[in-house]
Amino acid sequence: MAIPTLFLVSLIVFGLQKLLPGDPLLTMAGEERDPAVIEFLREKYRLNDPFYMQYLYWVRDVLTGDFGNSLRTGVPVSTLIAQKLPVTIQLAVMAMIFALLIGIPTGIMSAVKKGKAPDYAANAIALSGVSIPNFWLGIILIMVVSVQWRLLPASGYVPLTEDPIQSLRTMLMPSFVLATALGAYLMRHTRSAMLGVLSSDYIRTAKAKGLMPRVVVLKHALRNALMPIVTLTTLLFGELLAGAVLTEQVFTIPGFGKLIVDAVFTRDYAVVQGVVLCTAVGFIFMNLLADILYILINPRLRHPQ
Amino acid sequence: MKKLIISLLAGVAFSSAASATDFRIGLQEDPDVLDPHKARTFVGRIVFTSLCDKLVDVNSKLEFVPQLATEWSWSNENKTLTFKLRDDALFHDGTPFNAEAAKANLDRARTEPDSLRKSELASVDSVEVVDEYTVALNLKQADATLLAQLSDRAGMMLSPATFSGEVATNPVCSGPYKFASRVQNDRITLEKFAEYRDADDYHFDRLVFRPIPDSTVRLANLRSGDIDMLERLNPSDAESVRGDTNLQFMPVAGLGYQGLTINVGENPRASGPLNKDKRVRQALQLAIGRDIINEVVGHGLFEPAQQPFPPASPFNSEKFPLVERDVEKAKALLKEAGHESVAFELTFGNNTTSSATNELIQAMAKEAGFEISLKPMEFAAMQQEMQAANHEATQIGWSGRVDPDGNIHQFVTCKGALNDSKYCNEEVDKLLNAARATPDVEERKQLYDQAQAILMDELPIIYIYHQPWPFVASNKVSGFEPSPDGMVRLKGVKLEN
Amino acid sequence: MTAQVTTASAEAIAPKRKLGRAMTKFLKNRSAVFGGALVLLFVLLAIFAPLIATHDPFQTSFTTIRKPPSAAFWLGTDELGRDIFTRMLYGSRASLMAGVISVTIAVIVGVPLGLIAGYYGGWTDAVISRITEALLAIPFLILAIALAAFLGPSLTNAMIAIGLSAVPIFIRLTRGQALAVKTEDYVEGARAIGLPNPLIMARYIFPNVLPPIMVQATITVATAIIAEASLSFLGLGQQPPNPSWGSMLNTAKNFMTQAPWMSIFPGGAIFLVVLGFNLLGDGLRDALDPRDN
Repeated sequence: MAIPTLFLVSLIVFGLQKLLPGDPLLTMAGEERDPAVIEFLREKYRLNDPFYMQYLYWVRDVLTGDFGNSLRTGVPVSTLIAQKLPVTIQLAVMAMIFALLIGIPTGIMSAVKKGKAPDYAANAIALSGVSIPNFWLGIILIMVVSVQWRLLPASGYVPLTEDPIQSLRTMLMPSFVLATALGAYLMRHTRSAMLGVLSSDYIRTAKAKGLMPRVVVLKHALRNALMPIVTLTTLLFGELLAGAVLTEQVFTIPGFGKLIVDAVFTRDYAVVQGVVLCTAVGFIFMNLLADILYILINPRLRHPQ
Repeated sequence: MKKLIISLLAGVAFSSAASATDFRIGLQEDPDVLDPHKARTFVGRIVFTSLCDKLVDVNSKLEFVPQLATEWSWSNENKTLTFKLRDDALFHDGTPFNAEAAKANLDRARTEPDSLRKSELASVDSVEVVDEYTVALNLKQADATLLAQLSDRAGMMLSPATFSGEVATNPVCSGPYKFASRVQNDRITLEKFAEYRDADDYHFDRLVFRPIPDSTVRLANLRSGDIDMLERLNPSDAESVRGDTNLQFMPVAGLGYQGLTINVGENPRASGPLNKDKRVRQALQLAIGRDIINEVVGHGLFEPAQQPFPPASPFNSEKFPLVERDVEKAKALLKEAGHESVAFELTFGNNTTSSATNELIQAMAKEAGFEISLKPMEFAAMQQEMQAANHEATQIGWSGRVDPDGNIHQFVTCKGALNDSKYCNEEVDKLLNAARATPDVEERKQLYDQAQAILMDELPIIYIYHQPWPFVASNKVSGFEPSPDGMVRLKGVKLEN
Repeated sequence: MTAQVTTASAEAIAPKRKLGRAMTKFLKNRSAVFGGALVLLFVLLAIFAPLIATHDPFQTSFTTIRKPPSAAFWLGTDELGRDIFTRMLYGSRASLMAGVISVTIAVIVGVPLGLIAGYYGGWTDAVISRITEALLAIPFLILAIALAAFLGPSLTNAMIAIGLSAVPIFIRLTRGQALAVKTEDYVEGARAIGLPNPLIMARYIFPNVLPPIMVQATITVATAIIAEASLSFLGLGQQPPNPSWGSMLNTAKNFMTQAPWMSIFPGGAIFLVVLGFNLLGDGLRDALDPRDN
């Protein structure tokens, strides 16, 4: 099932890259534009071959496990992915945990207290979360927490395996910054879904039966509000795996986001191809996970008509 | 959870992460390949300065000083350049540096098909090992630029034993620091080379180069103690850095410039009045207040430029003083050329500084009757458009070279690799080619003056300001002297605790 | 047992009566009316920008660089001495359009595809899902640069790029809801009496999809306004010296400490617009919900 998607993705990305304006070798050459060298490299990287041949060569190499080397730095793409995947996953997991911890409880509270002060407050905070660009919030946090208070490092990444505490400390601010917008999405969806459920007949019946409100809320309503939350969480997590460019840039975290943006700007084809393939696997996996979770939430889906 | 938070915050005590002997430099970009013969980027040269020794170096006055060569001399009508090499230099793999190694490197730089030093060493006919520590370069014709090339990447020496290895990702040179590791876009780490001849003058165990592209973030990292020094401060931060007692601000005028490159060639995009008529270009120059750009966007760091050569260069000529802004004169010139108003498109590679500069140029030129439409572009796309002559005028810069030839020849000669004006004038070609082969400074300057006289009249490039290298360091750093080439030389630099 | 009761049990109600009742309900909802007023205010400001503006939005002035708010410059001036209030008025045009139109594109493309995928299932779903995954995996930047190159740099093309990049989330959200609802008894019932599929989708599935879509759409407006700025960097989006809130914020980040007003006002405006759209969206949701009282 994953194969057609990966094929489609690689073909589209390969094609799009070829269509982009800008010549990778000219871009790479920068101030050192030596025509002879450019022509030599064009031959070497088979850029003079027809498009489909370039693609076929690439597919052949990938099938033998060779993702090529970065045109810009000469580092193998597989090395780059191995270096950056753990960073990206750690950031994504921490950000998602924060987002869920912030988004779901406030969403529930907001729905239960609809039209009251906590609801207004939660909404205002959530919406400022999406309105403030991550870049901006990140810099403010660095200036206050790192420069003024000297509490957390402003940047840098320490692998979890090397020094777990320091690793968590460096990732604390970036994952929080990411979680502000994600948490806001989750909060707004949780609230909406909860409102829908809370006003439905069976919840009223449950209340009428004298069931405790908290039990009603958590056991019945939340379970049925989960559909959009599952969709959103899996999708957002996939997006996190594709890299959080601006946040990575502010906190100089060596993740996928910065890697791919740089690679696109310098037309470093092999890197773009490799990373996109990798993130495509992430999206496929997350979508699969979503479908499994749907069935767990709503067992009727197990027996399609 | 509480426990976790406490332990996280308790990390503060040992947080300012680095041990005392690390030195961390924030770079504006991530360097490219670490093979000096194939490398392209300016930031890469900053890393090479500590990693790879060269035959000669330049000091902060741009004079050539010994590095791997102790002395050099010209002979045979300036067609032979002979270097005496030091006998105590070692490569990081322990092999000795000698004339054989020097020849191997120069030959590699001259012959590898993807060497970017080939054009820099084009005048070299052969390299000859005279004795163990003497090497001679035989030239096809006299070349005044050669020593300058050898003071940069073309003169960097790799261990010949490692030529067949992965030089780009694991360079083995002979500098005071050796390559340790690299994580692309994150850091390049060098370790002290204990057997280095002047090892005692290098006070750090490790150098960490950290690419941090956003200048605001770079500065925040310096302020929080996550790096010790940064290159290229954003001018808008100059004020606040000057007022910060924890930081030292060390700006230095660089070798490069920023300017407007105008398409004056024979191509479809060069059909407007600006492209066709030099009077219109002269009017444009009169409409632009270079000092206003310096004040408003450069915050005093953008020294106005009239010529391609830096003010400190002996080739910067007093014959071409700064053209001051004169809107009335500009209007008069436009009228003389038969125009009430002239419209053109100005392309630029987008970032906030260039955007402000160009919006300012647009506003200033409007007062003289120019209708400029601004076209911000992504850099890769812009470069291709320029080379393909698919632009009317472009605001772009040049990082600058030690030798004057590097700042002018390839931009305005008919076949120049970077001639994006598509300007072509045989007289200019003749003068600049002659200047290349003239070692005598005074004589050479005459030639450049003659060429400049033509260029100042025809204006294929309007120079706007000299590119500064504003370094900022924590005040714990001592002994650093910024140099106009923008490099970071760490000899004698210390970091107090 | 709880699994049998699901999110919504929207019974079909005659549309006209429903609309009238919804209107009354909406007008009674104070926060919804407030949200609507807020949006309306910004729309009016954008339309009448030239009449309200106190200065020329492009007029640079070397004597008034980065001045704090004052009687002459209500919201201060920027790095080239231009009036921020005036630039924000003009910028609201680009930003509101970027926000609303790109979200509209995303909804128009995403919701029908999601409905079809979720309702029909099987290979239809498989094809749409694979395309969604592919769309998700393609970096936004590549899409944007390609569009800028081939359609030309303009605000419209920026909106298309932003809209396309938001399509997958609408497909997935709609599909998820459609999956949940299509096993409901009333949908099965409708199918049993032979109602055509498009009608079932429109009448029974779509109302249940609406709440999360509404939430997502109103919140994506903010993301789109901010994304527009990052595109002007690529030559897409609003071109300098024309202002947009996003590009004003972009410039302001270099002056965060020296001139905080340069970032606070555009940021605040984005917040208010998004607040307006969200309150409006909530109000509409409540008003159209047949069960709520």
